[in-house]
Amino acid sequence: MHFRHILSALGRHRIAVCLLVLEIAFSCAVVCNALFLIGARLDRMHRLTGVDEAHLVEVGVRSVAPGSPEAIMAQTRTDLAALGTIPDVASVSIINQTLFGDSFSGSGVGLSDAPNAPTITVTQYFGNAQLAGTLGLKLVDGRWFKPDEFVSDEQLEGGGATVPVIITRALAEHFFPGQSAAGKVIYAFGTNRVVGVVDRLVQPKDYGPAESYEYAMLFPVNLSYAQGAYLLRVKDASQRDAVIRTALQALKGDGPLRLVSPKNARTLEAARAKYYRNDRAMAWMLVGVCLLLLIVTAVGIGGLASFWVAQRRRQIGIRRAVGATRSDILRYFQTENFLIATLGIVLGMVLAYGLNLVLMLHYELGRLPGWYFPVGAVTLWIIGQLAVLGPALRASHVPPVVATRSV
Amino acid sequence: MYGYYLDLALRSLRRNKVLTALMVLTIALGIGTSMTTLTVMHVLSGDPIPQKSAQLFRVRMNVFPDDRFRAGDDVPDNLARRDAEALLHDTRGDRQVAMSAGSMAVTPVQGDPQWVQARYTGAGFFPMFDVPLRYGHAWGPDDDANRARVAVISSALNEQLFGGKDSVGQTLKVGDQGLRIVGVLGEWDMNPRFYDLSNGQFGDSEDVFMPLSTAEDMKLSASGNMWCWGNSNDMQAADAPCLWLQYWVQLDTPAKVSAYRQYLGNYIALQQQAGRFHHSGQADLRDVMQWLDFKGVVPSDVRLQMWLALGFLGICLLNTVGLLLAKFLRRSGELGVRRALGASRRAIFLQCLIEAGVVGLVGGVFGLALAGLGMLLVRHQPTDYAAFIHMDLRMLLGTFVLALTSSLLAGLLPAWRAMQVAPAAAIKSN
Repeated sequence: MHFRHILSALGRHRIAVCLLVLEIAFSCAVVCNALFLIGARLDRMHRLTGVDEAHLVEVGVRSVAPGSPEAIMAQTRTDLAALGTIPDVASVSIINQTLFGDSFSGSGVGLSDAPNAPTITVTQYFGNAQLAGTLGLKLVDGRWFKPDEFVSDEQLEGGGATVPVIITRALAEHFFPGQSAAGKVIYAFGTNRVVGVVDRLVQPKDYGPAESYEYAMLFPVNLSYAQGAYLLRVKDASQRDAVIRTALQALKGDGPLRLVSPKNARTLEAARAKYYRNDRAMAWMLVGVCLLLLIVTAVGIGGLASFWVAQRRRQIGIRRAVGATRSDILRYFQTENFLIATLGIVLGMVLAYGLNLVLMLHYELGRLPGWYFPVGAVTLWIIGQLAVLGPALRASHVPPVVATRSV
Repeated sequence: MYGYYLDLALRSLRRNKVLTALMVLTIALGIGTSMTTLTVMHVLSGDPIPQKSAQLFRVRMNVFPDDRFRAGDDVPDNLARRDAEALLHDTRGDRQVAMSAGSMAVTPVQGDPQWVQARYTGAGFFPMFDVPLRYGHAWGPDDDANRARVAVISSALNEQLFGGKDSVGQTLKVGDQGLRIVGVLGEWDMNPRFYDLSNGQFGDSEDVFMPLSTAEDMKLSASGNMWCWGNSNDMQAADAPCLWLQYWVQLDTPAKVSAYRQYLGNYIALQQQAGRFHHSGQADLRDVMQWLDFKGVVPSDVRLQMWLALGFLGICLLNTVGLLLAKFLRRSGELGVRRALGASRRAIFLQCLIEAGVVGLVGGVFGLALAGLGMLLVRHQPTDYAAFIHMDLRMLLGTFVLALTSSLLAGLLPAWRAMQVAPAAAIKSN
């Protein structure tokens, strides 16, 4: 096929060709960036928590008439024992804040207790001796808490006691890069010695700068049910709903008037789905826009191609009459479209890069990785070829006899 | 003349139904998505209290002790109890209120206790934010001072507990204590909930409103942002080093606003002199719209969606330009004949633009239908603002204005090309 002929024919439709090139370029730019945004959302939605999500359920209980602290603690021990006897439950604990929950509990933490010393906000998990095991945390350095290290909430928050702490690997690397954190001291509630490092544990909900998502502390605190929620680890994931039902019954049937409701009980998996619902909705919205955009672009290409075919019926007839085969005609229109699409894609890459720079300015977004460009290019080439196929086939069926007739 | 052009346009559009349908479809898609996202923006960035938004001010101060003050830090949103109480005591605004969100267990006469959201506030709250009351009345300043056991409940809670009847004088059982109901709210939709954005920016109002002093007395727990800079066992105590109270003031005239700024400056200076801190301190006063803007109430996702949709509309228009161009140039022959018979270039241009406008209007009608569909989708999204998205008359008219303007814009270039058809060449080539 002679590109020169195609180019000179296109030269006669400069405006229409420019419009097509522009349309393809803008589509390419938007599709590349939209795909990138979708990818960013998916990455966010698949962030790991470091806990055994598939086997965890939580049940919150609220006190209606707060009794004496001793009575509440006694009731908590009774509850823990009762929940532990449910057949499918592997272990039970109380946690002060729930993963994917609404609230965030944190403290300013630094390496010095001097006034004005720099601190970062780190989320804090309180729980009894069973908490780490119930969550399924992995220790990578140091040790777990010893039984005699557990204190009450008041003792910790008062700040007087020197309570040990277990921190995440990310936080350890932030404070003590390249060193073992075990044995070092941080300042959160008074002076806290790091006794262990866990592989991963994250904030209950995103708070502060992105890197702090993986910063967390674990304190040995015996909580009452009024200060947190019961966390149950089930042996068999399929029994989670049954365990929730049994647990609610057990809690309801026992103790003073309390608020025990299915509204405050959920699996961690359900909590995760709810937490990321906006991201999921946004990702689907972006998918929708991409599809619409490709449809509209295909419509534009197809519409102009059929106009050109109709306009060139006589020329096509003449070419057929002087010996061009049907596939020659078909290939002519396909090559023409390929040339226009390529021009559009080249311009589109530049635009995609520019659009990405604008998005980086206004949203927390990284640089568009290089492999999005070929993906966008191939997509638009395919769309272009599909859109032009109908009109091109019609053109290839123009009979040679048209050449002899006047329209 | 225009009637004739309209007739020509309709004939031409009917002649090539596929091309016409494609054009209408593209414009409809562009208009539909744009109007959906513009409506969401319009609703979310709207003024929740237009009659008063310029007179209500959020008061913020930075009065940290010296070892917590870092120059350049943001002014915290909430006040400590001692500062809020000092400002309330001075009553320098036309109205003022210090408040916090909270939650409590309410026990109905029959049935299980339930957990409800509450607002611990002052008598000034109701007149300040134009809160309508269906039954009874709000409590008075005396009740605030006396820590009276009174409450105003939402109409939803009234429906639930008392079947919607006038419940004024009844007792609301909170834990093992009681509150006397003095009022029931009417319909009160304040979205975005500008008065306290820290507990969900959109959503229903709280169910129980009661004096802050009473809530303190009853040791009810507050919710929302609680920010402490020292260790404290009772974070809601009068002298606790904790920031948790939202402070609003009503200032009716600009003169009062500047006087109030002056007053806040003086307050900080007095605290300095009393030896509380040595830094210069900061005070900040913002009206409702400035506050909403500052807190970024419109989610960045919604902005992104809007720009995406407008970009999409732009691409749809490019597409329409191309299709219109094809359509007009295909009729070169016909246009040539009209020119030869004496039609001016202007006439051809107008005729083509009217055809483009017709396509735009039809596209607008379908676009409106698509926007309706889009709205339905948005309302089914699991976002907290979903329920409040609706299209008002302005956006409805806006749809047609947008459709017509964009189709006319798209028609300009093709019409300009069409009017330049040389009559002789066009007729001869046919």
